[in-house]
Amino acid sequence: MSSTTAKGQQHPLGIYFKIWLLLFVLSFFSYMVDYMQFQGWLRWSLVLMFMFLKAGFIIAIFMHMAWERLALVTAILVPPMCLLVFIGIMGYESDYTWVSRMFHFLGGVIPDRPEMPAH
Amino acid sequence: MSGVSTTLEPGMKGIAQDWSSDKDAFKNVSWGKSMMWIFLLSDTFIFSCFLIAYMTVRWSSPVPWPPTSEVFALTLFGHHIPLILIAIMTFVLITSSGTMALAVNYGYRGNKKVAGILMLITAFFGLMFVGMQAFEWSKLILEEGVRPWGNPMGAPQFGAVFFMVTGFHGFHVSIGVLYLTIVAIKVMKGHYEERGYGIVEIAGLYWHFVDLVWVFIFAFFYLW
Repeated sequence: MSSTTAKGQQHPLGIYFKIWLLLFVLSFFSYMVDYMQFQGWLRWSLVLMFMFLKAGFIIAIFMHMAWERLALVTAILVPPMCLLVFIGIMGYESDYTWVSRMFHFLGGVIPDRPEMPAH
Repeated sequence: MSGVSTTLEPGMKGIAQDWSSDKDAFKNVSWGKSMMWIFLLSDTFIFSCFLIAYMTVRWSSPVPWPPTSEVFALTLFGHHIPLILIAIMTFVLITSSGTMALAVNYGYRGNKKVAGILMLITAFFGLMFVGMQAFEWSKLILEEGVRPWGNPMGAPQFGAVFFMVTGFHGFHVSIGVLYLTIVAIKVMKGHYEERGYGIVEIAGLYWHFVDLVWVFIFAFFYLW
């Protein structure tokens, strides 16, 4: 906990430059995932890892969440967790829709879905 | 500050103490900043709904999704480079996030000239981003024939998702450019000398959020 007073968030400039550089490097890596044409699970795990790292650094350092009191941190970061449930529900729903479409519109032939990361 | 000055507890005990205390739950945070955070939380849900809707239509589509890597490729100096415009847009937005973080820092130092200039630079990068997005949209609409109801490359939902998600994000960037410019001018005129420079941090929160949303759009829409 460095200088967090009622006056606001003041931190040494160095940390911003380091995170800035790190965000550039992470973005470059995630672009490279596409450029090198990685596919399948490797692509997905790398894309998600770089995404969460970038998002985490932006929230923690640039948006100062790392120095806020827990009351604010939890009030802002916990509610979006219910989105995971929503993602799960819609994942099942879209799978059902896909199977129905295949079955009723496309002659019941269910091919592989190579682009699907999960299921 | 009000009343008896008790020291603030850290950790879980601090949460209980903060929420059960009088007047304000978010200690050391101005009301403007709390409100910006709560607005950003609501915006998180809006963008999440768009991205989840995108996931749903993409997973349920029996028609292959257009290959984004190729759709957004450009030929630069005789080289065919996949996704290059999006990569440049990503770097422009990160650059703007860095200048914004510095602006917040200089604001709290009371250096209103540097803070204002850094905010204007941030707004300029935002404008650059929107400009490139306009280029991307016109290329897709005029050259590739992408429409909200169909396109020649694959699943017809592609256009609807693309215009909705990137359009809503671009709208946020545009509003951010306006917001930053207004605050920057007011900062440089010295309008916040008495109230302090928390306003720069609040504007910064909005701007970093716009960058944050792009991180997710970049991963899910362009790299999937």
